[in-house]
Amino acid sequence: MEFLGLYHYLVFPLLLMSGIYAIIAKRNLVKKLIGLSLMQSAVFLLYITMSKVEGGTGPILKPDATDVIYSNPLPEVLILTAIVVGISTAALGLGIIVRIKEEFGSVEEDVIRELGGR
Amino acid sequence: MTEIFSAFLLTLLVITAMAVVKSRNLFVAVMLTGIFSLLIAINFFLLDAADVALTEAAVGAGVATVFFLSALALTSEEERSRSAYRTIGIAVFITITIVLGYATLGMPSYGDPEAPVHVHVAPWYMEKTPEYIDIPNVVTAVLGSFRGYDTLGEVFVVFTAGIGVLFILGVRPPSKTRGAAPVASDEAGLRHYLIPKVVVRLFIPFVLLFGLYVQFHGEYSPGGGFQAGAIIAASIILYALLEGEERAMQVIPRRVLNGLIAGGALLYGAVGLAGIVAGGSFLDYSVLGSDPVKGQQMGLLVIEAGVGITVTGVLVSIFHAFAARERV
Repeated sequence: MEFLGLYHYLVFPLLLMSGIYAIIAKRNLVKKLIGLSLMQSAVFLLYITMSKVEGGTGPILKPDATDVIYSNPLPEVLILTAIVVGISTAALGLGIIVRIKEEFGSVEEDVIRELGGR
Repeated sequence: MTEIFSAFLLTLLVITAMAVVKSRNLFVAVMLTGIFSLLIAINFFLLDAADVALTEAAVGAGVATVFFLSALALTSEEERSRSAYRTIGIAVFITITIVLGYATLGMPSYGDPEAPVHVHVAPWYMEKTPEYIDIPNVVTAVLGSFRGYDTLGEVFVVFTAGIGVLFILGVRPPSKTRGAAPVASDEAGLRHYLIPKVVVRLFIPFVLLFGLYVQFHGEYSPGGGFQAGAIIAASIILYALLEGEERAMQVIPRRVLNGLIAGGALLYGAVGLAGIVAGGSFLDYSVLGSDPVKGQQMGLLVIEAGVGITVTGVLVSIFHAFAARERV
């Protein structure tokens, strides 16, 4: 169990940094947006990891059982709404990218910069 | 056994994330993000978060993939320019991974019931939910009632994002392809292919039914407005993919979609105001029914419906906004 916990906590920075790497190093705007959603998923994973209680079960109460351990519902509530908000804002970003493509004819950062005269 | 499976999934997650970043073909990258979402959803489920897993599977693996693909259809599938700032990127990657990895050693150990997050307000919610609201799913209770303000805010964020996409893509594209003949509505979609036709037609009613079940059974099992909205939107998008954009627009016209987007959010707000009118405070459902517990349940049902309506409307509208656009 201890090993698994450490592994969970190690996966979080790896995923987060994969996203950040895509944002820094890639010039394609769609790829940058994918990187952003990777980062977002990494944070979701960290939150949900913290909600787990050892030997616990999902926070849906069982009427007759008395000695059941439940995991923490709070992080789940936060992340549940964040996922749907995340896709809506990603769609907003995609909309902006589509408009950029229509105006500049490209979604590559360097091409757009040249066309913008900077 | 679960531990091994969990570790295996996490390893796959990291590999998929790296492959997403590495792949130069964006179509491949988007498909891989779909797989990534599915894997992380299974992982959420193993971590006891069934509600979150349901949402992630419906949104991340389903709707998000469609959005990204339709945006790719309007831009380009290949990443043209080479990566820049590679060394800086790798340096940042390694440094921050080490720092964060080191920092996580100070985190409370995994599954520890005495961790700060489990001893603060969470026990209160677990204890008081049966007394105040009397529904089994604590996640729904916290989402809709104890933290109703937060959820109202989230719904309005979704609402605003939807309006934003409609505004941004409401602009006419610069007309280079005006002369191009529009695709005849008989030829649009996937109707000519036998397997998608049979399978999708068979699926849609069941997906819709499942969406409604998730919506209205959300108090008793994993589910609720956010998940149901995503699932119902996915079934409508599936229909649009099969029958073509225009047919789908005839089934649920623009006007209705706009009504759904605004209506759901307003319904949520109206429940809050009804609380004030009935003599309580904003978003206090206890005063809505004959006794406080019934009022809470009533309020939850209505606001979940509001959430579901807005999420469905926004996701379907966003899909139409992308799909109706011609490539320049």
